[in-house]
Amino acid sequence: MRKWQCIVCGYTYDEAAGDPEHGIAAGTRWEDIPAGWSCPDCGVAKADFEMALLAA
Amino acid sequence: MDPIVIIGSGLAGYNVARELRKLDKQTPLIVLSADSAHFYPKPTLSNSLAINKAPENIPISSPEQMASQLNATVRPLTRVTAIDPTRHAIRIGDETVNYSKLVLALGADQIRVPLRGNAVERVMTVNDLEDYGRLRAAIKDKRAVAVIGAGLIGCEFANDLTGAGFKVDVIDIAGQPLPRLLPPEGGALLQRKLAALGVTWHLGTSAASIDRNGDGVRITLADGTVIDADVVLSAIGLKPRITLARAAGLKTNRGIVVSRSLQTSAPDVYVLGDCAEVEGLVLPFVMPIMHAARALAATLAGKPTAVIYPAMPVVVKTPACPTVVSPPPASAAGAWSITADDESVKALFLGADGKLLGFALNGKATAERAALTQQLPPVLA
Repeated sequence: MRKWQCIVCGYTYDEAAGDPEHGIAAGTRWEDIPAGWSCPDCGVAKADFEMALLAA
Repeated sequence: MDPIVIIGSGLAGYNVARELRKLDKQTPLIVLSADSAHFYPKPTLSNSLAINKAPENIPISSPEQMASQLNATVRPLTRVTAIDPTRHAIRIGDETVNYSKLVLALGADQIRVPLRGNAVERVMTVNDLEDYGRLRAAIKDKRAVAVIGAGLIGCEFANDLTGAGFKVDVIDIAGQPLPRLLPPEGGALLQRKLAALGVTWHLGTSAASIDRNGDGVRITLADGTVIDADVVLSAIGLKPRITLARAAGLKTNRGIVVSRSLQTSAPDVYVLGDCAEVEGLVLPFVMPIMHAARALAATLAGKPTAVIYPAMPVVVKTPACPTVVSPPPASAAGAWSITADDESVKALFLGADGKLLGFALNGKATAERAALTQQLPPVLA
């Protein structure tokens, strides 16, 4: 399971946790999230996310 | 043709540039930055200590990468000294740069607390990436941090610092944390949850003086309490940067006053972000910036567009007590309706007609954010 970070506000999408509040079940892979989904914290589109770097 | 010039490389400046390039790939574009011009998500500055994130790991793009992505000239460490709207020009010291359209994305300064004592210069604020680096260096191998201000940034830092192993004292003149955002019930839960984590609260009083005390400082509160700390962080609020605009004769109030099209009192000069005042609203949060950036980009690309603000809940990054608020309009008549238990507070602000006008959710109640947001009226329709 990977983590993705919103490049605008820093929100992290954790595939393991999903975003159940917005209809994305836990375990949903990034590529399986609909293109219409947007960052729950700042509203930017899925296209504006980038892979988060996990802290060493 | 003279370039579009953006002053400021924060979320406001870079996001309006990004949105503009979706609509117009060619018009020359210059981004001027008083700092290093790295692109980074500013909200992470108040929740990156516990995960031990080094300042160099926060930026997402370097100025060179931004210049390439945006097909723009990006000039770091460049401070604009004056704007001459009648000539469509700005000055950087002796240099003059002409613009076709000018965007002010200047941001805001942390308000300084007036304090007595011989260690006032030791009070730190965190408003940008460099400040974050300074704070991280200052707390290295230290133990106690005092935070002045129990607002959003103060609470986020209190949670983050406690999580990073520090002894944290928080001081605020208000009787509860997040006094401007939460009703008393929500404030009480947040206070209790952060106290359980180890935060010591000093509420209903203020810091009066700060003096040197060995390598650290001693803070004396108005009520006589004395706090010894290694580092003092102040987070009492933001003040829009309006000096440059005011000196240029632009209309200012709390922020730089703009129309719904984000235009100032001068032609071809626009403002967005923490320094902007739109219909009396100064909203120093991420979501309003994103909406303003999209509307302004359309205007800059030749299609005058009014900004629309939908309901824009604000997430407070306090993992000890997840919190999300959508404050009711300042002028709204109504009352809070509250459902609470030991682990959550659901506060709904209902108008006289029973319609939902705002909410404040803590703990498990934050799961209802999306459903409740859909019921809220827009902030600016």
